Amino acid sequence: MNARFKSIADHALLVTLADDISDDAHDLVIALDKAIAANMPVGVTETVPALVNLLVSFDPVVTDHAAVEAHVRECLEAVEIQATEGTVRRVKVCYEAPFAPDLEPVASATGLSTEAVINAHLAAKFDVLMYGFAPGYAYLSGAPEQIQVPRKQTPIRDVPAGSVIIAGAQCLITTLTMPTGWSIIGRSPTRILTGDPKHPFLFDVGDRVTFQRIDLATFERLNSETSHE
Amino acid sequence: MSEAVLSVSFAGPLVTVQDAGRPGHMRYGVPASGPMDRLAFDAANAALGNPQGISAIEISLGGLMLHCKEGAVTLAITGGEFVVEHGGQKTSSWTILTLQKGERLAIRAGTAGSWAYLAFAGRLGSEDWLGSQATHSTSGFGGGAVRTGQSLEISEAAIRGDRLGAIPQPEFPSNGPIRVVTGPQDHHFEENAVACLLADVFTVTDAYDRMGMRLKGPLLGLDGALSIPSEPVVRGSVQVSGDGVATVLLADHQTTGGYPKIATVISCDTDRLAQWRAGQPVRFTSISSAQAIEDVRHFTVQKTRYLEQISVPRGSLEQRLIRENLIHGCAFD
Repeated sequence: MNARFKSIADHALLVTLADDISDDAHDLVIALDKAIAANMPVGVTETVPALVNLLVSFDPVVTDHAAVEAHVRECLEAVEIQATEGTVRRVKVCYEAPFAPDLEPVASATGLSTEAVINAHLAAKFDVLMYGFAPGYAYLSGAPEQIQVPRKQTPIRDVPAGSVIIAGAQCLITTLTMPTGWSIIGRSPTRILTGDPKHPFLFDVGDRVTFQRIDLATFERLNSETSHE
Repeated sequence: MSEAVLSVSFAGPLVTVQDAGRPGHMRYGVPASGPMDRLAFDAANAALGNPQGISAIEISLGGLMLHCKEGAVTLAITGGEFVVEHGGQKTSSWTILTLQKGERLAIRAGTAGSWAYLAFAGRLGSEDWLGSQATHSTSGFGGGAVRTGQSLEISEAAIRGDRLGAIPQPEFPSNGPIRVVTGPQDHHFEENAVACLLADVFTVTDAYDRMGMRLKGPLLGLDGALSIPSEPVVRGSVQVSGDGVATVLLADHQTTGGYPKIATVISCDTDRLAQWRAGQPVRFTSISSAQAIEDVRHFTVQKTRYLEQISVPRGSLEQRLIRENLIHGCAFD
């Protein structure tokens, strides 16, 4: 489809590149995001990549929708779709009992052993699709079909930060104590909110993520070295 | 220059530290946060002669009571029509006073407004996150919630005798319907939904916090069982859940979401709407995006002029009267 441009109030432009979610659509979103970042027009304040669209925010005192749209159209013409070659990030995860209350239910729902669920999760390569919901909540896609389970009927309250949760093809490492209806299969000492002012978020949209298994003792040691915000 | 220490005798829920906000991190799930009413917040700092955007306290309808334990400090209270009690006197927000050691200050919900701002002639000590002290209420990141029993430390606390008294309230904000630009998903609604949004009267409900304000009113029917791919949302997005109920997203909004957005409130009107309370009627009017830019630019010019005017020290009572006459006489055409 041709790109669609929609004016958002006085301060943003929503650029929609596809109607449906696909790898190609997301690759194009990331490519356009990079093209704009490499050539930020005057007045553009930030861009927000999502699944099939990109939000371009601007200062209405400095520029307007028409000027921003013209610039985005130019960037879009020059963009070449290429498979995302994001940085690979490794996230440590402990799948042991106190941290994985839903490992058994996922295993029985999928007809696998808990070890097979863990191995499928470890074998997968995830893509960082977008952030949303809360600070540092990065939606990763790429859970293998054999471990895909739907969301629960009722969310569980007070799920601790660092929980590794899955629903459908998606996976997420939580950054806050929050309710979730996703299945909790482990806990990670790796911080998505890094606390490093130079690189405050571990992932950029488009990065690749793989998980590395650690035991309880390693988790306890690493977890005591880092602390949540 | 010295320090003032204020103990918090009582703080209601959602009383938080806010500075001008932390724009630029929406791609990481972080909204800009900052004050719900940016004009009232800016006015509090301007009226004290503070640099723009430094941290102040945003006070909810729950209210705030302080007891000055050490030092003394001049402070400004703006936003809505809150009740301010100090030294046996009862006044209203849009005032500057000095809190002396041993004195108490209470700020409570008054006749109108949902948010008041308390700025200090000095620096409020507070936690920083991603370069800003603005509190993101759902995580508590940033300066954080102000809680009963804690102390507020104001460094470089100053007494500004030439700034005491009433702050002229801004008269330029529109008092007409809330202006929206329709979309981006207005085409995904039943034929009459947009007309309904613009013609009917909605009501603010008590499902209202820093993330958003749910409205009561006619249900806005979606065109079929629609599910759009999750996409970026902004402060001011009017999103409609599956049951047809509209919610206006505000300062601590989620950064992406899958509910369709029927319209977006223009930036200066989100802050006006944020001051309304449960039960108040809301009317929307639709303008073009070009008109939205024009209106917001006009608002910005008037706001800049207003902030400059109130940032001038008042001096003596006589000088003050002359200046306020000037402000009311010619500035707000």
